[in-house]
Amino acid sequence: MTINEKRIIVITGIVVGLLGGALVLFGNPQNMGFCIACFIRDIAGGLGIHQAGVVQYVRPEIIGLILGAFIVSKISGEFRPMAGSATATRFFLGMFMMFGALIFLGCPLRMVLRLSGGDLTAIPAFLGFLAGVVVGTEFLKNGFNLGRSQRQGAFEGYTAILFVGALLILLLLVPGILFFSEEGPGAMSAPIVVALLAGLVSGALAQRSRLCMAGGLRDIYLIRDFTLFTGFILIFIVALIFNLVAGNFQLGFEGQPVAHTDHIFSFLGMALVGICAILLGGCPLRQLILAGSGDGDGTVAFLGMLIGGALAHNLGIAASPEGATTAGLAALVIGFIFVFSTGFMNMESIAAPASSSKSTVK
Amino acid sequence: MTEQEVITVDARGLSCPQPVILTRKSLSDKDIQRLHVLINSPVARDNVYKYAKAQGFNAEIEEYNEDYIIKIYK
Repeated sequence: MTINEKRIIVITGIVVGLLGGALVLFGNPQNMGFCIACFIRDIAGGLGIHQAGVVQYVRPEIIGLILGAFIVSKISGEFRPMAGSATATRFFLGMFMMFGALIFLGCPLRMVLRLSGGDLTAIPAFLGFLAGVVVGTEFLKNGFNLGRSQRQGAFEGYTAILFVGALLILLLLVPGILFFSEEGPGAMSAPIVVALLAGLVSGALAQRSRLCMAGGLRDIYLIRDFTLFTGFILIFIVALIFNLVAGNFQLGFEGQPVAHTDHIFSFLGMALVGICAILLGGCPLRQLILAGSGDGDGTVAFLGMLIGGALAHNLGIAASPEGATTAGLAALVIGFIFVFSTGFMNMESIAAPASSSKSTVK
Repeated sequence: MTEQEVITVDARGLSCPQPVILTRKSLSDKDIQRLHVLINSPVARDNVYKYAKAQGFNAEIEEYNEDYIIKIYK
């Protein structure tokens, strides 16, 4: 880990941790300064793809994350229109990743923020996530891959930016055609400008540092590299201190905000998220950053999450503070069948060197 | 000058960490002297370079059109 790389991941962890705590003070739901899964689900509601009245809002944080990654990748020259690696599989992996997250009630980032708020129900979720990452990484070690992506025309790289750009225009200029929660978590939000800026800053930093919750654990397990995990830990520590100072720390299992105590479901939900994230090459946050950097495969995973968020509520898969559901259990079973099938069916070996040549080195 | 076998691994279009896994598999061959890894994403470029360095190899990044060649040697 070079000094510069260390510095950028440290800065990212601190800033995302601070914003995760601060966005709650600005109006976001408790322990939900950031939640990629919840916010994408809220956007699905804001667009009317589902009708769960308490979770409908076009969250500016998501728009900001993608635009922030876009701006920075453009400046740094890392913006590259790429796509074409198992497109439909990625869509479904995104969808099932969303099911898993909404059964726990949070993406990996919110899991860390819930822990930092004293929510002990996030511990079984963390263990599940860890198990999922290990299983997913075992697939990787055995040659799993979703095939190569290809260079695309410039327009493909801009699809995610156009989509969230359109969302931002609708939100600012014609909010009347969108759906807004009048109560519940969807009605709790930081002001648009604050949320957008928080997203922009976090997206820009996450693009530079490659911050990824799943990647942090994976790199430790795979190559004993702690770089990305540093970000993970710093988000936890900084948000923990912030919550303690701000009086938002409440230790325990019971009565935690937007959480339930069905621990087995939390474990299994996040295990599904962990496997999906590893097979996709990154957690929900990372998929947004990739989408913003011109990666059409990341955009497709994002769209899969969007539809997954809508279906999770239309079909009753998502848990609520009252607990998990039977439909959620069914979704877990189908989800695990899907990810294991994906894992085993995509292990054709690319392990052998693609070419080998004798040449005289002078 | 000695004749050395250059093994080339094409990791273009693979998402991380697969380029690193391929590099690791290739480097685990004890006889390997020189390994060239073809890369087309800046993330994979940095990761493979960092991995090779961490394993005690020398590594150089060469830009080739819009791709990169990570030249790894002992």
